[in-house]
Amino acid sequence: MDTININYLEDKFRKLQSSTSDDILNNIRKEGFKAFNKNGIPSARNEEWRFTSVGNLFKKEYDLSADNLKITASDIDAIRLPGSGNADELVFVNGRFIPELSVIRSNEKECIIMPLEDAVKSEYQDLVNEHLGKSSLFIKDGIHALNTSFIYGGVFIHLNKNQVLEHPVYLYHLSDTRINHTLAQPRSLVYVDQSAKLQLIESFTTVGSMDSFTNGVMEIVVNTNAIVEYYKIQNDVVNASQVTTTHVRQIGKSYAHGVTISLNGGLIRNNMNIVMEAEGNEAHLYGLYLLKGNTHVDNHTLVDNTKPNCFSNEFYKGILDDNASGVFSGKIFVRPDAQKTNAYQSNKNILLSDNATINTKPQLEIFADDVKCSHGCTIGQLDEEALFYLRTRGISKEHAQSMLLGAFAEDIVMQIKNEPLRNYVEKLIFDRLSVN
Amino acid sequence: MKEELDVLEQTVSSDYKYGFVTDIDTDVVPKGLNEDVIRIISEKKNEPEWMLNWRLKAYAHWLKMEEPEWANVHYPPINFQDVIYYAAPKKKKQLGSLDEVDPELLKTFDKLGISLSEQKRLSGVAVDVVMDSVSVATSFKKQLSEIGVIFCSMSEAIQNHPDLVKKYLGSVVPMTDNYFAALNSAVFTDGSFCFIPKGVRCPMELSTYFRINTLGSGQFERTLIIAEDEAYVSYLEGCTAPMRDENQLHAAVVELVAHNKSEIKYSTVQNWYPGDENGKGGIYNFVTKRGICQGNDSKISWTQVETGSAITWKYPSVILKGDNSIGEFYSVALTNHMQQADTGTKMIHIGKNTKSRIVSKGISAGKSQNSYRGLVRAGKNAINARNYSQCDSLLLGDKCGAHTFPYIESKNKTAIIEHEATTSKIGEDQLFYCRQRGIDAETAVALIVTGFAKEVMNQLPMEFAVEAQKLLAISLEGSVG
Repeated sequence: MDTININYLEDKFRKLQSSTSDDILNNIRKEGFKAFNKNGIPSARNEEWRFTSVGNLFKKEYDLSADNLKITASDIDAIRLPGSGNADELVFVNGRFIPELSVIRSNEKECIIMPLEDAVKSEYQDLVNEHLGKSSLFIKDGIHALNTSFIYGGVFIHLNKNQVLEHPVYLYHLSDTRINHTLAQPRSLVYVDQSAKLQLIESFTTVGSMDSFTNGVMEIVVNTNAIVEYYKIQNDVVNASQVTTTHVRQIGKSYAHGVTISLNGGLIRNNMNIVMEAEGNEAHLYGLYLLKGNTHVDNHTLVDNTKPNCFSNEFYKGILDDNASGVFSGKIFVRPDAQKTNAYQSNKNILLSDNATINTKPQLEIFADDVKCSHGCTIGQLDEEALFYLRTRGISKEHAQSMLLGAFAEDIVMQIKNEPLRNYVEKLIFDRLSVN
Repeated sequence: MKEELDVLEQTVSSDYKYGFVTDIDTDVVPKGLNEDVIRIISEKKNEPEWMLNWRLKAYAHWLKMEEPEWANVHYPPINFQDVIYYAAPKKKKQLGSLDEVDPELLKTFDKLGISLSEQKRLSGVAVDVVMDSVSVATSFKKQLSEIGVIFCSMSEAIQNHPDLVKKYLGSVVPMTDNYFAALNSAVFTDGSFCFIPKGVRCPMELSTYFRINTLGSGQFERTLIIAEDEAYVSYLEGCTAPMRDENQLHAAVVELVAHNKSEIKYSTVQNWYPGDENGKGGIYNFVTKRGICQGNDSKISWTQVETGSAITWKYPSVILKGDNSIGEFYSVALTNHMQQADTGTKMIHIGKNTKSRIVSKGISAGKSQNSYRGLVRAGKNAINARNYSQCDSLLLGDKCGAHTFPYIESKNKTAIIEHEATTSKIGEDQLFYCRQRGIDAETAVALIVTGFAKEVMNQLPMEFAVEAQKLLAISLEGSVG
């Protein structure tokens, strides 16, 4: 099929709507589908999608269901990340949160984890109602709306007041493509209450040889004095594509720290939004894309400063080999009220092959005068002098190169504060770069 | 802080000095745009048929196009039927020398500070003056023609050098390039034509002054500069317009062609009427400027000082096709009151060892919006392409905006591209340092702004540097004293 095929989605949407009776979610889904119909699949003429063509992903029909699953405990064992021994492990299969496969080790005093469907009927009803779907105000394309129209089997995580969670919360996303192409649309809402601390780690795995497409949205709300760390590890197979959005709202003076590591996959689009809704917020965003083959990674970041005295720092690095292509688009908004904003942005890239491409677009939009904002980007090669230095010490060219690339990547990897995870990522990168 | 705000307040209240209207008899074609108007323009200019056909083709294409909306500027829709597309000072006879120019007109240029006669005598700059739609005077033509340099109005070039015009017109900016370029191709009325033959280093600066005088008219000029092998030319362009309450349209096209080892230096001081402090009136400046480094080792350099226009939409670009060619872009864009500027450059690296450098300084004051939009592209064959870009924005006042939209695209592993941008207000420590040494706040602000823009100002030829400094001073009047 070579035309965009989305008609079947309407039927699936209607079925989903009629199968559930919950008003809150039904309404959100209805609005989502309206927006999906209105905006459609973004084309290259959409400025935000200029360098990432998603049309091809919508030319096949996907299975949206999570029925007849054959995922077993041993499948889960295979995808466990280091450091998960004492953590909360949430398993999503084809976009649905599966409590039976998940292990929740936090007690209720610390952290509440429940399906979204349950959350809208619980004492958290008002909270969900207030915060779910706020990212739609920032991302107005059909793909994001599609996730909203199919919110089902999502998860709600509520970190209670004053709870500093010692262990991380893992979200494993599994796509089972042994029978059909699958479209997984995980949705999560995370609320970190006052003076609490949370570490979230997301990873994506596809089992099977058919294509998987993950269209995920995670909304994180950070309250006063809270700290949230967010790590996304993308090391999936080449027939796995994804568009995932992480929308962080800092509603009180708080601290957010995000690291996105993209190593493998088909087409990957990461939307990373930080909305500073209170004075004195601080956010740090890091990203590394180490690409080969035909992998395409598009990192879109947005830092929206609406209140004074906020600080943000962004640092994204890329190494591109073979036919890989990378996109970095960073946007810093400074609203008229956001005086004394400090916002920095940097993007550095190394191209290793003649067929690799990088498009970078660091943008500043500033409406306040008392600010310090800067952005910089570079595209280039390894430092000749550093290479020469290593060569004079008897290190082969290949080894010298891999050492320097490793050091280039390390700038980002060292920002992973979870030690087992950092060691794991370091090893992945080392293996990838090392020469025998 | 209070004092600082006062200074900014005064800045905001400065006036436009070039807002006079010259009472000159003009010959106008009625408002509106259709094939007949184009035929009339072509007929009035006594153009050959190929030129008319070219215009009509462009018009047909324009009709199929949509007005672009991507720029970060906002304005009510333009009624293209409400524009006078041709207005010329009435010609009593063919002008042979400067002495025969309408005295009113000379007075106009005296007011602009570019007294033709004086400039001719003192600075040895050859000036071509374009008023409303047609070129009214070109000085130094004879001296130039002795060394083979052709410097004349576009209309004359079409009559006298049709082969050159046919060969190069639209070769850099095709008529289908964009909405305003297509419109210009259909209705352009005059402009400058400049041809520097092989091996000639043009002995003087060539200069064009543009002025929109007639009420309700648009100006659509077209400039074409060709430098043959090993030629060199430095070209200056200045623009002003009277104060009017309604918006006037200026849609120009400039094309530069640089052959082997040649160099073209193009400098602009743009001071179209920016509108009053409430944003009433002012020129819509929608300009397509592009140069091509066709030959190896060629160089094109754009320098611009943009202080005028209600809306500026302008991206002087360089296509670096020849190996070892160099493109440069130096820009100061100052916006005040309700002005909106969306300006920047494109550097397209195609040839090997091509280099480009971008230095852009944006200064926004009042309630203005100032955007830098740029593209640096290294193509697959642009081996060892090198780019360095720097764009800094300075904010004066808390109601203005500064925006940066750079696009950096590389398809070549040997290309090195660097981009840097900063946005800040005038440093309080810098101000404090100046104040400490007994410099009052106004002068200190002016000093810092001048220093901020200096890197670009240094690129301007002498004659223009003085004027540009003056313009910045006027635009910041109150703080400069």
